[in-house]
Amino acid sequence: MNEQAQEIVLSVQHVKKKIGRKWIIHDVSFDVRAGEIFGFLGPNGAGKTTTIRMLVDLIKPSSGMIRVCGYDVNRQQEQALRYIGSIVENPEMYSYMTGWENLEHFARMQPGIDQHRIEEVVNTVRLDRRIHDKVSTYSLGMRQRLGIAQALLGRPKLLILDEPTNGLDPKGIKEMRQFIHQLAAEGLAVFVSSHLLSEIQLLCSRVAIISSGRVLAVGEVDELIAGNSDHVIWDLNPAVQGKRILQKLDYCEIVNHPEEVLDDNLLAGMSPEAVVTRISSDNTSRAVERLVSGGVQVREVHRINPTLEQLFLQMTEGESIE
Amino acid sequence: MPLIKNECIKIIKRKRFYVVLLVLLALVPMFTYAQMKSAERSQEKFNSDWRLELQQRITDNENSLSSDRVPDEWKRYRLIFIQQMQYYLQHDVNPNQPNGVTFTREFLNNAISLFIPLLIMAIASDIVSGERTTGTIKMLLTRPVKRWKVLLSKLIALIMFTSLIVLSTYIIAYLISGLAFGYKGFDIPVFTGFQIVGSEVDMSGVHAVPQWKYLLMQGGLVWFVGICIGMLAFMVSVLVRSTAASIVIMMAALIAGNILTNMASAWSSAKYLFMVNLNLTNYLAGNLPPIEGMTLNFSLIVLALWAACAVIVSFSVFTRRDILN
Repeated sequence: MNEQAQEIVLSVQHVKKKIGRKWIIHDVSFDVRAGEIFGFLGPNGAGKTTTIRMLVDLIKPSSGMIRVCGYDVNRQQEQALRYIGSIVENPEMYSYMTGWENLEHFARMQPGIDQHRIEEVVNTVRLDRRIHDKVSTYSLGMRQRLGIAQALLGRPKLLILDEPTNGLDPKGIKEMRQFIHQLAAEGLAVFVSSHLLSEIQLLCSRVAIISSGRVLAVGEVDELIAGNSDHVIWDLNPAVQGKRILQKLDYCEIVNHPEEVLDDNLLAGMSPEAVVTRISSDNTSRAVERLVSGGVQVREVHRINPTLEQLFLQMTEGESIE
Repeated sequence: MPLIKNECIKIIKRKRFYVVLLVLLALVPMFTYAQMKSAERSQEKFNSDWRLELQQRITDNENSLSSDRVPDEWKRYRLIFIQQMQYYLQHDVNPNQPNGVTFTREFLNNAISLFIPLLIMAIASDIVSGERTTGTIKMLLTRPVKRWKVLLSKLIALIMFTSLIVLSTYIIAYLISGLAFGYKGFDIPVFTGFQIVGSEVDMSGVHAVPQWKYLLMQGGLVWFVGICIGMLAFMVSVLVRSTAASIVIMMAALIAGNILTNMASAWSSAKYLFMVNLNLTNYLAGNLPPIEGMTLNFSLIVLALWAACAVIVSFSVFTRRDILN
C-alpha cells in the first residue's frame, strides 16, 4: 500500500515498435515507482532488450510514450536521460582504458560529477582495489560492477539493469542481489530484466511478464506465483503403494512427466522414486492423512514454485478463455 | 569541450596516432634512402652537374615524342614536362636540388593522393564504427547528451588529428631526409603558375616562389585533401557497422581514384568524382590534370561538396538511427 504513494519514476504507455515489416513489440505498458525493484520477466527473444533500448532512447518507439520523472525520453533526451543509469545487455566499457579512466570519461559527459563522486561510486561497488587496472584484465563480475558504477555516477533515480546476474558465479549472484536491494532501500527505482523466475522472485517486489512483445501481466510477484503453485513433490515409503493411494484421490492428479514442470535444480535433487502431483494447499493435509492411515511413511512433502513456462502456459490459457 | 577531450583521449589511448607516426618513421627513411641512391647515381653520371642531367632528361623525353608507340596522352604530358624543365634551365634553377626541403616537397606531392589519406583513415575509419563493434556506443548514447553533440565532438577530434597527421608528416619527412641531404633549401626558388593551354604551357603567369612559401601553399592543399578524406571516411564509419568494412570501402574508393586518374581522361564526367580530384598539388606544380577541364578551383569545389554531403549524411543518419546491436 505504501508503495502506491511513491512517486512514479518510469511510466511506459502503450509502446509499440516495428522493425522492418515486423512488429517486435505489440503493446507494452507499466509503471515503476521510486524505491521498488521492478522485474521484467520473459524468455529470450520476448522483446526485453528491445524494450530496454527504447527506455534509454537507443531505439525510438513506433508509437506510445515513455516518461522518466515526467520527461519524454524520446523528445527531451537530455533531461530524461539525466535521471537514468543503465546497462544495456553487457557492460561494455573501453577495454584499453583503466576502470578509473572509463569512469572519468563518462563523468565528463555530464556536469556536476567530480573526482569525489567517482571515488564514491567506486567504493559503493567495491572495486577500489582494481580500479586503476585496464578493463581488459577484469573478470565479468568486475565489468558488471564497473558498469553499475558508471550507471550510478550521475545520481540517477532509475537504474536499468539488463540481466545483471548473467554469467556471474553463485557468489557473485548473491552479492549482486544484496547490492541491488541496498540501492533500492536508498530510494532508487531499479528495473531488472531476467529470463529466470527464481531470480525475479528473490529480487523484485513487482513484475511485468512479457512474451512475444506483449505484457501478459503486471503485479506483485508473490500474488502471481501464489496463484500458480499447485505442484507438490512427495517422497514416500514404500513409493509404489503411496502412489497408488494418491492416484485414487479425486482432488489429486499425478504428473507423469515431472521434467516438464520442474526446474533443473529440483529435478537434479529429487529422488528417483519421488512422486509429483497437482494438488491445492487445502487438500494436501487430507492427502497426508490418507497416506499415513494407509501405512505409508511420508518422508517429505514439498510444494514447488511454478517455472516460467508454466506461468506462461497458465496465463495464455487464461487469455484464450476470456 | 569535455566531449572533445574524451574523443582525443580515446584516439590516443587506442594508440592509433602512434601507429601513424610509426608508419611514417618506418617509411620515410626508405624513401630517403631511395632518393639518396638515385642522387648518387646521377652524380656519378653527370659529374654532379645538374644542368647536364636536366638537359639529358629533356632530350630523352623529346626523343620519345617521335615514337609511335607512345600514346598521345603521354606525349602531351611529356611535352609539358619538357617545356617546364626548359624554363628551369633558362632561369638557371635546379628543380631537383637534393636537400631536406625539396625531398619533403616531392614526398608530399606523391603522398597527397594515397599515402596521407591512408594515414587519416587509420583514425577516421573506426571513430564511430569502432564504438559500435565494441558496443560502447550504447554507453555513450545513454548519457544525457544529445546525439549530434556526441558526433560533433568526434568530428572535431578527427579534424584536430588530421591536422596533426599532416603536420607530423611534414616534420618527420623534413627531419629524416635532412639527415641525408642536409637541412637547407628553404630559400630555393620554385616556379609555379604554369598555365596549360592545350599542349602548350603558358609561361606568362609563372613566378618564382621561395620553397618555404611553396611548402606552405602545398601544406594548405594537403590539409584540405586530408580534411575532405577524413569526412568521407567519417561518413562511411557512421554508415557501416564494422571497422574492417569501413576501411575496405574507403581504400577501394581511393585506389579506384588512382587507377581512374591514369586512364579515365576520355571519360570526362569522372571529374566529378572525389577520388580523381585529390591530386591538388599537381596544379601547383603545373602538371597536366588527369581529365581535361579540371582546375584547382574546380577540384577544391568538388572536394568541398563531397565533404559537405558526407557531413550532412553522417549527422542525419546518426541522430535518427536505432541502435540495435
